[in-house]
Amino acid sequence: MSEPVLATHELKKSFGALVATDNVSIDLRPGEIHAVIGPNGAGKSTLIGQICGALAPDAGRVEIMGRDVTRFDTAARAREGLGRTFQISALAMEDTALENVLLGAIGQTGRARRFWSPVARDADLQTCAMGALERVGLAESKDTRCADLSHGQRRQLEVAVALTLSPKAFVMDEPMAGLGLDGSKTMTSFLDGLRSEAPILLVEHDMDAVFALADRISVLVYGRIIASGTVDDIRASKEVRDAYLGESV
Amino acid sequence: MIPERILNLVVILGFIAVPIWAVFADEIFTLTLVTKAMILGLAAVGLNIALGIGGMVSFGHAVFFGIGGYAMGILAHHAQTFTPLSVGPITMAGTKSMPVIWITAMLVSAAVAWVIARLSLRTTGVYFIMITLAFGQMFYYFTISWGTYGGEDGLPIYVRNSFPGLNTLVPLQYLMLCGAALGLALLLQWRLRASPFGLALNAARQSPARAETVGLDPMRIKLWAFVISGTITGLAGALFADLNRFVSPTMFSWQLSGELIILIIIGGVGRLFGPVIGAAVFVTLEHWLGGLTDFWHVWLGVILLFIVLFGRGGIIGFLTGKEGPHV
Repeated sequence: MSEPVLATHELKKSFGALVATDNVSIDLRPGEIHAVIGPNGAGKSTLIGQICGALAPDAGRVEIMGRDVTRFDTAARAREGLGRTFQISALAMEDTALENVLLGAIGQTGRARRFWSPVARDADLQTCAMGALERVGLAESKDTRCADLSHGQRRQLEVAVALTLSPKAFVMDEPMAGLGLDGSKTMTSFLDGLRSEAPILLVEHDMDAVFALADRISVLVYGRIIASGTVDDIRASKEVRDAYLGESV
Repeated sequence: MIPERILNLVVILGFIAVPIWAVFADEIFTLTLVTKAMILGLAAVGLNIALGIGGMVSFGHAVFFGIGGYAMGILAHHAQTFTPLSVGPITMAGTKSMPVIWITAMLVSAAVAWVIARLSLRTTGVYFIMITLAFGQMFYYFTISWGTYGGEDGLPIYVRNSFPGLNTLVPLQYLMLCGAALGLALLLQWRLRASPFGLALNAARQSPARAETVGLDPMRIKLWAFVISGTITGLAGALFADLNRFVSPTMFSWQLSGELIILIIIGGVGRLFGPVIGAAVFVTLEHWLGGLTDFWHVWLGVILLFIVLFGRGGIIGFLTGKEGPHV
C-alpha cells in the first residue's frame, strides 16, 4: 500500500463541552477519492478546518506527504500542496473570473512580491490561469465579474482556483452544494477525472455523487468516524443506515 | 458618460492649463492653490493604496504627513540656526537640501508605518480605525509638548529649501516639482494596482481566506501596502511644510486624517485619479466657499453626504457611470 498523501492522526477538538472532533484518523492515498459524509453538525467543517489550518486541533497530528504540518498556518499548508475549495464560495467577488484564478497562479509561483510588472503581461501567470479556466469550462466567462457569475459557475471557479496550485491533494467542501442536476453531473464527471492527478478528500451531502465517485467513504457522526470502507461496505452497514442514511438507501 | 481614461486626461490637462493661465494672468496665489491641491492629492494617493486597494481604513495617516513635515522642519531648523542635530550618539548638521529631506521623511515614515501596521493589523473594522486614530493622537500631543521644536506654536522656516538646479522660490518651479512627485506617485499606484502584488492586495481585502488558501499571507501583503502608503504620504508632508515654510502639530491632527479620507471618497475610492480629483475639489471649495463664509465645511459636508448617498463611486463613479469597485 502506498504512502498516504494526506493523513490525520487521532485528531481531537472540543468547543467547551462539545466534542466536535473525537479521535479522527483518516488518510488519503494517491489516486483515490475519499468521501467524508455525515449529518449536519457531525463536525465535518471542523475537521476540514483542522486539516487546512484554519483551526488548531487540541491534540493529534495532520500530515502532508508524511510531513507533520500541524503547526503550519493555512498559507504554509497550501504551499505544501493542499488545494482547498470552500463550501460557501470565498472568491473575490468584485474581481473577474480570470483575476480570481490569477490569484491562485500568483500564490503558486510566489510572485506576490512583484509590484511593478503588470499581471496582464506575465505569460506564465496568464497561461496557468487560463489553463485552469479552460479545464472547468469557464474560459468564455473570463472577463465576467465573479459577482455576476451564476452559482454553478462560481462552484466551477472555486475548483479552477484550486487547480492553479497543482496541489498534491484536494480538499473539497461540498463542491456540489446548490448545483442543479446537470451541474452536479458535470462536476461529478470532472472530479472523476481529477483523481488521477491528485487524490480528493471530498466532503459532500449529495449521496448520488458520493456513491458514484468515492473509492472509500468515512462516516462522521458526533465527531467520531463510525464507519469507514468501500461504497458497498457503507451501503450495507446497519449502523450507518441507523445513524444517517435512513431506510431508503 | 465619460470613459475614465478621458476623464483622467482632462484632469491632467487641467493641472497643466490652470498654472499656465495663472502665470500669464499673474495670479500667483492660484499657483499656490494648485500646488496645495497637488500635495494633498499626493498624500491621498498614499492613503488610497492602503484604503482604496487594501481596504485598510486608516484614520491616522496624518502621522505620516506630520512626520514628513517635521523631518523637513527639524532638518531645516538646524540648518538655519547653525546648530548640530543630535540623534542618540550621532551628531550631524541640519540641511536645506530637499532631496535629503525627502529621503529622510520617507524613510522615517516607512519605519513608523511598519510599526503601526504590525500593531494595527491585528484588528479589523472599527478597531483598526480607532487604533490608527490613537497613533495619530499620540504624535499630535507629543509634538504639542515638544518644546525644542516650537511645541504648540510650530516651527517657522524662513527660506524655502533648495533643490539642485531649480529656484524653488519661484512658485511655478516649486509647483512643477510637486507635480512631478504626484506624477511619479500616480505611476506607482497604477503599476502597483496592475501587478501581482496589487492583485493579491485587492484579494486580501475582499477575501483573506481565499488569499491564504492559495498560499499567500494576507497580513504581510497588507503590511507592505501600508508601508508604501505611509511613505508616499510622508513625502507629501515634507512638500506641504515647504509650501507653507511652516510646521506645526496640526499636521498630525485627526482632522487632517479625516480630510484625506474625505478627499478619496469625493474623488472615488480605489480609483487611480480619485485622490487627485478629490484634492482639486477640496482646495477649490476651501478657497471659494471659504471666501464666502466661515462655515464652508457645512457645504463640504452636504457634498460629501450627496456623494455617499447617491454616487458611491465618488465623482469619478458619477461621471463615468460606473459604480465604485467598492466602498
